[in-house]
Amino acid sequence: MKRILWFLPLIVAVAIGGFALWGLVADRDPSRIPSVLIGRPAPAIALDPVPELGTPGLSTADLTAGGRPVLVNFFASWCVPCKAEHAVLSRLAREHGVTLYGVNYKDKADDARRWLNDLGNPYARIGWDNSGRAGIEWGISGVPETFVIRGDGIVVHRYVGPIVGADAQQEILSALREAGLKEPAS
Amino acid sequence: MTRLVSLVLIVALGLLPMLARAVEPDEILDDPKLEARARAISANVRCVVCQNEPINTSNAGIARDLRILIRERLKAGDTDQEVLDFLVARYGDFVLFKPPFKPETWALWLAPFVIFAAGGAGIFVMLRRTGQRDTAGPEKLNPAEEEKLARIMQSDNPEAES
Repeated sequence: MKRILWFLPLIVAVAIGGFALWGLVADRDPSRIPSVLIGRPAPAIALDPVPELGTPGLSTADLTAGGRPVLVNFFASWCVPCKAEHAVLSRLAREHGVTLYGVNYKDKADDARRWLNDLGNPYARIGWDNSGRAGIEWGISGVPETFVIRGDGIVVHRYVGPIVGADAQQEILSALREAGLKEPAS
Repeated sequence: MTRLVSLVLIVALGLLPMLARAVEPDEILDDPKLEARARAISANVRCVVCQNEPINTSNAGIARDLRILIRERLKAGDTDQEVLDFLVARYGDFVLFKPPFKPETWALWLAPFVIFAAGGAGIFVMLRRTGQRDTAGPEKLNPAEEEKLARIMQSDNPEAES
C-alpha cells in the first residue's frame, strides 16, 4: 500500500502530462468551434428576397415545408471561398436533388445579382441578410457556412468553410442522406 | 532643428497605435454608464473569427456587429447577464473568455485546488512523520557515560583524563 503511495505523484504528473500531450498532438483542430445548434430547432429566420433577383426570400416555415432535409448555405458575392464551393453546391442541387436555400450575408443587392447571374443560381430560395443579424442568430463566424436541416426543422450538421474536395462533399451528402434525402435515380 | 522635428514625428508615429481602438465612434452610446457596461461585457466576449481577441479590440466585421448588438440590447433594458446569455445561446460557451462554472467545467475550475490540497496533505503527512522521529530524540547516556561526563565537567584539564 505504501509503495503505491510513493508512486502517486508520478502517476498524477503523468496523467496531467498525458492530457497536455493529447491537447498538443491529438488530431483535432482547436480553432474549430462546436456549434450549439446541433440537435436543436433551426433559429427563426424571416428574410426578404434579394431585390430584383426573382428568387423568393427565406423564412422558418420554408425549412420544414417539404418535410425533407434542406441545405442552408450562407454566402456572399465578396467571399472568395464561396465562389469555390459554388460548383459543388450547384452539383448537389442538380444531381442529388438537394433542396438548397441560400442566405446572402451582408451583401449589396447589385453585387449579389451579378454574382448569381455570372455563376448560375442553384438556390431555390435566397434570404437577403443585409444587416448580418440572421448570421448572428445562426451563430456563424463568417461565410461560407452550411447547415443541414432535417425535415422536422432540427439542425443536424454544420460545415464551416467552403465545401470543396471529395471529403467535404461526402460529409455533407452523408449528413443529408442520414436526414432522409431522397436522391433521383441516376 | 530638422533632427528635433523628425524625433518628434517618430515619437508621435510610435504613439499613434495607442489611439487605434476597435470600438468605432459611431458605436459609442451617449449614456456613459451604458457604454461602460457595454465595454465591460465585450471585454469578456471572444471574437469568433479571430478567436483569441475580445470583440472590444477586434476589427472583424462580426465583432463590430456583436458590439452594436450588445449596445442595442443594453439600451433595450437587458441586464449584463441577459446579454451574455443571448450570445451564449447562439455561439456557445466558447464565446466567453471566462468559462462558466458548471458540471462540464468542474474539472477545469477545481483541479488546481484539488492538486494544491493533495500536495499540501502530502507535505503535511511527510512533515509529521519526520517530526515524530525527531521527538524520539537521541538515546540517553548509560550510567558509565554519565559518570565520565560528570568527571570531565568537574576536571580543570579534560585532556589529562582517561
